[in-house]
This record gives sequence, structure tokens and C-alpha cells, in this order.
Amino acid sequence: MAAFLINSVGLPEWLAWTITALVAAALILNVIAGGALAFIWAERKIAARIQDRLGPTRTGGRFGWLQSLADGIKLLAKEDLMPDGADGMLFRIAPYVSFCASFCAFIALPFAFDFVGQRLNVGVFFVIAVLGLEVFGVILAGYASASKWSLFGAMREAAQVVSYEVPLGMCVVVPVMLAGSMDLVTIAEKQGGWLTNWYLFHDPFTFVIFWVYVTCAVASVNRAPFDLAEAESELVAGFHTEYSGLRWSFFFMAEYASMFLVSALAAILFMGGWNGPVPLAALAGLSEGTGDTAHYLVRVVGLANLLTKATLGVLFMMWIRWTLPRLRIDQVMTTCLKYCTPIAAAMFAGAMLWQLAFPGGLIPGMARPAGEIREGWLEGPGGQSAPVVVPSVDGTVAKAVR
Amino acid sequence: MGNESMISLSGMVMAPVLAAGLPLAAINWHSVLFLLFASLASIFAVGVVLADNVVRMALYLVFSLAATAGLFFLAGAEFIGAMQLMIYVGGTLVLLVFGVMLTAQAPFVSIKPSAADRALAGLAGSSLLVVLLAAALSVDSWQRPGLSEVTAPTATPLGMALLGMRVDGPAAGAATGAVANGYLLPFEIVSIHLLVVLVGAAYLARAKRRRTPRPIDAAASAVSVVEGSTRVELPAALPPRSGSASALVSGGSK
Repeated sequence: MAAFLINSVGLPEWLAWTITALVAAALILNVIAGGALAFIWAERKIAARIQDRLGPTRTGGRFGWLQSLADGIKLLAKEDLMPDGADGMLFRIAPYVSFCASFCAFIALPFAFDFVGQRLNVGVFFVIAVLGLEVFGVILAGYASASKWSLFGAMREAAQVVSYEVPLGMCVVVPVMLAGSMDLVTIAEKQGGWLTNWYLFHDPFTFVIFWVYVTCAVASVNRAPFDLAEAESELVAGFHTEYSGLRWSFFFMAEYASMFLVSALAAILFMGGWNGPVPLAALAGLSEGTGDTAHYLVRVVGLANLLTKATLGVLFMMWIRWTLPRLRIDQVMTTCLKYCTPIAAAMFAGAMLWQLAFPGGLIPGMARPAGEIREGWLEGPGGQSAPVVVPSVDGTVAKAVR
Repeated sequence: MGNESMISLSGMVMAPVLAAGLPLAAINWHSVLFLLFASLASIFAVGVVLADNVVRMALYLVFSLAATAGLFFLAGAEFIGAMQLMIYVGGTLVLLVFGVMLTAQAPFVSIKPSAADRALAGLAGSSLLVVLLAAALSVDSWQRPGLSEVTAPTATPLGMALLGMRVDGPAAGAATGAVANGYLLPFEIVSIHLLVVLVGAAYLARAKRRRTPRPIDAAASAVSVVEGSTRVELPAALPPRSGSASALVSGGSK
């Protein structure tokens, strides 16, 4: 886009880059805010249906589809309260810390081929690292509120998030190993083609580790059945007991943004990213790589694919939330340390051995040949390949380098 | 791609500068952003020193370290930047938790160092500053940061090099027949070292088994000591041994 602004529109370079960056930031912000509105409505409806109720029916006519907007106006109108004993600066800053962490993680998340705020060479790593920072806001909120309920919730959240980062990291390593890259764009590209190329169906081990990832992702975004930090039956409302109005809603925007983020990450790592189950574009002879309009449309379809998968992931989390009862803290820790971590480690070793035994997949010719897709930096200027050996996962690397 | 997108990331912070009406085209934006991140890091570092509340100190430390990560991203070292976020900023999280725990007791709510402490810390700090300044001033010529140098093939070649293969190996070495070796041995040494530390930490933090039953257990009528360990079956009226208090934080410590 910046190149277009410079070359076709004739803007000076600094202005073109600034506009590009602002557009990307505004789009991400809209994904978060608009997504939160839609998901809150969906959560109300899903919760209601699971509990054999109707949920919102009147606001905005049919289906109560304006309910989230009404909620938003209510929150805006609420008084912004702060407890007497609170640490004012920390209390005010905490919701923004949470929200900024969620927002920053979106920067490196690709929504379709080349539809990414900032393509990072270490995309997966960046997203996981930044996602872990969201808990800062929660701990600050819990401490600054000067309320024991808040502090209990915050300490639980700290223990939970720090523990679940371990198995989550292990799950994420498996697609990284299969793709030979930490670049989210490359990982998704490698799963192009038919449904069978998705890493979810790569081998039995990746199928199992996907479900471990789902468990850890639900726990790391603090959703039921792992929502001990707010545990309304024990801790009033946990870490946000003392918050009201707009600051409270920032915590919720951060929560829904994180849910969407881990779902999109699951889609990219395990479910082919923006590649549909059937490679329609490839069958029609189009590719997403080059610049004309038809190829741009392919990318837009890819965007729809990814958003659909991520939304399904969020809906799955809501289904889980309103179906399963909340775990106790010791059960949460047991799930993490005694089940998720060993299973993830074993599946990692299994996937590694499988890749060693069947480098071309079980059915020859189904998998895309390794080395067809390269990380961006390997392409030299002007699309020429740089004179370096492509690291691939099929065991030919060492020979080629030597 | 790397160059362009690095600017697009940094472009988000350009907006405030635009309003000042400077001769925009002439400015080296890379330097501006460097100064922005560097001054943020310094300001919050001073904040860490001046604050007297442990939790606020930890918060300022987080901001300072995050600004440093921004500097790494600006230099195109994405892997180091993400590492900085993961290890240092994430590690400060644990510091924060300890801060919260410690401030439950009076002497730690507000930390006010004595005059002697201040003098000692000032001496140590200023001598370090002198060393660093001497090192910085001894550089012959500083290269201005340029966007053209930022090509960031960081993670994959780094990982391959740690496995003993230099995929980014210098072409000159290949021409003379010398094989560019990676860093497998240092990597393995560090890995084993970390493993030892991990095992040691787990050993120190494990739940200690009682050699003798507690008086309350001895007094209870239904005590059965299981062979080999001292698992005690308590009567229903007594609370379980590992109370919910220890389970609150980590689900069992010593």
C-alpha cells in the first residue's frame, strides 16, 4: 500500500508510510472493537440457548442484535468509581495495559496472504510473548484495587498464566517444526492445497496436540472453565471487582480480543490459515502472490476463510464456557502440569519421529514438496532467490550445506 | 519487505512529531524513533530508581524493558526483541507477584534507602557509567542508523547455526573451502546447564515428606502409616493436610 501511495498517488515517502501505518492500526482496532460487539451479543444468545432461554430479543428489533450497543451506552454512562485505598495511578493504568497487550499481538497476525500489520520473521514467538503480557494488567488491577477479592483473583491469574505458558509454547513448537519457520505467513502458506495438508491432519500426534493447544489457549485467555481469576461464585468478580464503566469494558475488550487472537492463531498453526478446505483458487489457475485484481480477490476470500475459522473458534470457547463447570485451582494446576505438559512433550517427540519416518506424508504426492515455499528473506530483491540453501524438514539440509 | 514493514510499524509513533511542523522530509526518521524509544527506556529506568513502592518499580521496569525491546525491533533484530519481551518483561511479572506478596508486610510497603545506601549505589552506578561512556567514546566513527541496512533474516539462520549449520555462511569461506561451523557445542553446554538448574530448582522446591507424624495425627485415632511413605489417612473431621492456603498460589509448595 505504501508503494502504491508513493508511486501512483505521488505522496512523499514519510506521509505514505504514516498513512499506511494508521490504516493498519485503525483496521486492527476495528477488528477488536467490532469483534467484541458481535461476540458479546453471540455470547448472550448462546448462553441463553444452552440454558433454555431466549436471551436478548427486543433491542434493535429481531434477535436483539443491538444489545451490545445498548450495553456500550450503559457502560459509557456509568460513574467511574475508584476505591479510597486504591493506588490511583496503577488502578487507572491497568485496563489500558491489558488492552494494549492484546492490541500489540494483533500487529503480527496475518489475516490473509500479505494482509498483515507487520510481517515478522518470528511471528509466532512475538504473538505468544505479547499475549503473556496481558496478565500484567490483571495483576496491577488486583493489587491496586485494595480489595482482597481482587488480589485473590490476580494471584490466581498469575499462577495460571505462568503455568500454562509452558504447554502452550510446546504446542506451538510443533507446527513451527513442521513448517521450518516461525513466520506465521510461511506456516499458513505451507498448508495450502487440499484439506489434508492442514497440520491438524498431518499425523496423529498433531491431531492430539491441537486439542492440547485448545485447552491451553482457553486457560491462557482466562475463560471458563479456567476463569478462576473472576470466579463470581467465590470472589464476587475477581480482579475487576472494583472496576466500573468504561475501564471495566476495556478488560472485556481485551478478553474478547485475546479469544479471537488465540483462535486465529489456532487456525493459522493447525487449520491451514487462510487456505480453504478445497484449493478453489489454485484449481481456477489463480494464485495469491502477484498483484492484479483477481489475485487480490483471492486474498479477500482467504481473509473470509480465516475470519470464519477464528469466529468458529470463539464460538467453540463460548460453547465450552456454558457447558463445563469451573475447575478448582488445584485441578487447574493438575491439568496443566500433570496432563497438558507431558502430553505436549510426548506429542512433540512423536511428530518429530513421524516427520523423520514419512517425510513425504503417508500418501505420496499429497503433501506439497518442501522447499517450494520460502521465507520472505530468502527471496532476494526483485524476486530472485538469494544464493543460500533452503532449510527444509525432510533431512536433506545437512547434505546440501556440506 | 523487511525494510518497508519496519517503517510501517514505526510509522504509528510518527504522528505526534508531524504536528510540530518540522521540515519533515529532511529528518532521519530512524534516528527520531531511536531517540523516542531510548528516552522512554531512560525515563522509566529513572522512575524505577526514584519510586518507593515495589509494585510501581516493577511497572516502570516493565515499561523500560519494553522500550528496549522496541529498540531491538527498530534495529531489525526481531528475534532478540521478542526474546526481550518473553524473558525480561515476562520475568518481571514474577517479580511483580513477589512484590505484591511482600507488600503485605509493613517494612516493604515503602522502601526508603538510607544515606549510606544512596552513596554506595551512586558510587557503583557512576563508576559503571564512566566505564560505559569511555567505551562509547572510544569508538572511532559512529554509523548513522540507516533503513537500508535493516534486513532481518534473524530467526531461521540463527536456529540453524545453533544446530551446527551456517545457512547464512559467508560466501568467502565457501570459496576457500572452509566450512562455516555453527554453534552446536556452546548451545548444548548452555542447554545442559539450564537442565541442571531446572532439576536443582525442582529438587529444592519439592514437597518435603514428614519423617514423623504430626502430634495432631498421632492423637487421631484412625492413623495408618502407609509403607514407604507417610501418607496419613485423616478422620473426616480434620482438614486435609495440604490446605487450600498453599493451593491458592501454586497448588503445593513447601
